[in-house]
Amino acid sequence: MKFIEIKNCYKVYPNGVTAIADLTLSISKGDFVFIIGHSGSGKSSFIKMLYREEKPTKGSVIVGGINISKLKNRNVYKLRRKLGIVFQDFKLLPKLTVYENVAFALEAQGLKSSEIKPKVIKALDRVGLKEKIRSFPNQLSGGEQQRVCIARAIVNEPKLLICDEPTGNLDPETSKEIMKVIDSINKEMGTTIIMATHDKEIVNRMKKRVITIENGVLVSDDAKGRYVAHENA
Amino acid sequence: MRMLRILKRNIRDAFKSVFRNFSLSIASITCSTITLILVAIALVVSGNVNNATSELKKDLTIEVFLNLDVTQSDIEHIKTQISNLPNVKPENINYINADVWKSELIKESADIEAILTTLDTNPLRNSFEVSVDDVNELSETTQNIKKINGVFDAKYGEGKAENFIKIFDVIEKVTIIIVVALIIVTAFLISNTIKLTIFSRRNEIEIMRLVGTSNTVIRLPFLFEGFILGIIGSIIPALLTIYGYVLAYDKLGGYIYSNIIPLIKPFNFVLFVSLALMVLGALVGMFGSYRAVRKYLKI
Repeated sequence: MKFIEIKNCYKVYPNGVTAIADLTLSISKGDFVFIIGHSGSGKSSFIKMLYREEKPTKGSVIVGGINISKLKNRNVYKLRRKLGIVFQDFKLLPKLTVYENVAFALEAQGLKSSEIKPKVIKALDRVGLKEKIRSFPNQLSGGEQQRVCIARAIVNEPKLLICDEPTGNLDPETSKEIMKVIDSINKEMGTTIIMATHDKEIVNRMKKRVITIENGVLVSDDAKGRYVAHENA
Repeated sequence: MRMLRILKRNIRDAFKSVFRNFSLSIASITCSTITLILVAIALVVSGNVNNATSELKKDLTIEVFLNLDVTQSDIEHIKTQISNLPNVKPENINYINADVWKSELIKESADIEAILTTLDTNPLRNSFEVSVDDVNELSETTQNIKKINGVFDAKYGEGKAENFIKIFDVIEKVTIIIVVALIIVTAFLISNTIKLTIFSRRNEIEIMRLVGTSNTVIRLPFLFEGFILGIIGSIIPALLTIYGYVLAYDKLGGYIYSNIIPLIKPFNFVLFVSLALMVLGALVGMFGSYRAVRKYLKI
């Protein structure tokens, strides 16, 4: 049983645009997968379907045993608790400290403060931000903010970490650091990682499975792939 | 325990939000205060109109006079027929024996005694006093009673009381419509104000959803916020009702139009109205927030 199973999946938006067409693929537990493609290639729609920000129009998307197409709106939180999401724009709450931003996810699930604290410290330690727990997001650099976002995503120890262009706003050096953190999460925690990116250098260096999507269609799925998409990507 | 912790955090967050978005909170509170004052006035009016109507209705009965030659069994038969009519309350048919009536009248004044005693026979008729369910059908019921065999005549206090009741019924219905309309307006106003506060917090809601917060938990602090805004908004209207009504009652001496329309005694009426205002404020506030936050919880 694969961790993620996608069969004949279509995503058509109400305005008639087909973002994903007849996509079939599967991802095993513990895999590290890059999703690459142009802007507008359908890569984002694909990523969004994994955490059910979008629903497939046709076909099935199963993530960790949960059928996304059949998941009711009020039950979406059950899926989201099983996975962590890292965004290009971090999505941190500016009024909360680093600690509070990470604790936020656990508080909402009703955990005791005494249970929350060690988990948050552990997650922040893993991303190397233990010293900055009292800082506010605007006092941090871009790379540090992204690490807070990663800490928040892994605080629940999810089986799957979805990264939507996590290095898109960062310089090459910082990107490298972030990739180190993500790679260590994959190796040490056994977390499945799905990462959408534009960064040719990262993809080529990491030598992981690469799935290329163009115009909503899967064009290549390479186990130790390189960035082979169009030159202008 | 888990739910309790979530609840505690939500109440804390709701209070924080009311103070953090102070100007918007003031806007919500002011609009609910103003509409609830109008609701209070409408409630007081409709309560009093309702009270006056039922007081007047008590006095409205049909007098049924029987033929002089009816026997005891005829009387029973007529009573059954009257009580079978649709609009009649069977338990409220009073039989008045002509002889008893005569002796009561004699007691009332010497003049009547003089007249009645000169006559050989009792000129008064055996009669019934009949109460009805719906005063608006009083005249129809009277007509129906007239048709019964053995009934000489049937009358009701055709005139002022009936007209009053008809007017009051209209006033009561109008005030109810006003109350309902005002409640809906308040709900939408609060909903829109909370929408503004939510708009500034949509990122927070988005992130909450993304990190796996259930919709119920996301909604709770906003529901509490609406609740708090509604309750605060109802304080001034409630106080105005209590002090205003007591003052008005004392000034008017408990009646409007020189003793025709009695006012409801202030206690417990004002307490009931203020409680109703608070409950209304709270419910309307919660409904407003529920409506406002719903948009952000959909995909």
